[in-house]
Amino acid sequence: MSQVPPEADLATQDLPSDERAILERLRAGDAAAFEQLVRDHGGRMLSVTRRFLGSEEDAQDAVQEAFLSAFKALDRFEGQSRLGTWLHRIAVNAALMKLRTRKSRPAEHSGDELLPKFLEDGHHATPASEWRDGGLAALEKAETKDLVRRSIDALPESYRIVLLLRDIEERDTDETAKLLGMTSNAVKTRLHRARQALRALLDPHLRGGL
Amino acid sequence: MLSCRELVEFLMEYCDGELPPEQREYFEKHLACCPPCVAYMKTYQQAICLGKSACQEEEQKPPKMPEELVRAIMAARQAK
Repeated sequence: MSQVPPEADLATQDLPSDERAILERLRAGDAAAFEQLVRDHGGRMLSVTRRFLGSEEDAQDAVQEAFLSAFKALDRFEGQSRLGTWLHRIAVNAALMKLRTRKSRPAEHSGDELLPKFLEDGHHATPASEWRDGGLAALEKAETKDLVRRSIDALPESYRIVLLLRDIEERDTDETAKLLGMTSNAVKTRLHRARQALRALLDPHLRGGL
Repeated sequence: MLSCRELVEFLMEYCDGELPPEQREYFEKHLACCPPCVAYMKTYQQAICLGKSACQEEEQKPPKMPEELVRAIMAARQAK
């Protein structure tokens, strides 16, 4: 009489066969499979933690912590997402944990100087003008991609983290609030400021196009 | 009449479709006669799109995993 497979095994049947195979090897403790997982997914996880943390040392520490957490949680991986997606979320959590625990960094600018200014009558102090080609055509150029990434990196940390979680990671407001220990309204306010600040950093470069 | 300052203050709610119809109407009346606010709204939305595209592309072409980090992770796994 055949045994009913454990629930997790039923769920992982939905994974592509190569992922199911590596998962079986990982669960069997195959050292080569662990190394393959690190080599296959580590680079992507490092690009995520670098974005959140800025410091290379902290980003690498967070990737290490993320893999160690993932190794421990392998038995609980139910295959509801791809392995890469699961590891990505663990990397984000490790980066957030690192942010909470790392020594405070030197005081940075508040970001207020990046918010739009208005005259007493409520009109724009410096009227906005549109970006050439909507800015998106410029993204074809490597220098624009670098500019956008550098501009995100240059945001004050409190703005950058909310912008990354909401706009790049596409977490919803309530989940972001929970992850950061903030109210949903505070997340909304900070996200709006972060977007305005990113716009302000890109504006001088994209007004005339690159 | 809504001021530019008020429009910018509630821009995110407008873009996300979270404004009640009456306030939305005030917004649209202002936008119809204020090119700087139209430009501000467009560039605000474009900044979000640019950020998403630049980061997504970076993930599609991830950096190489440093060899010493691979070694450190494997060693830490053995030690646990």
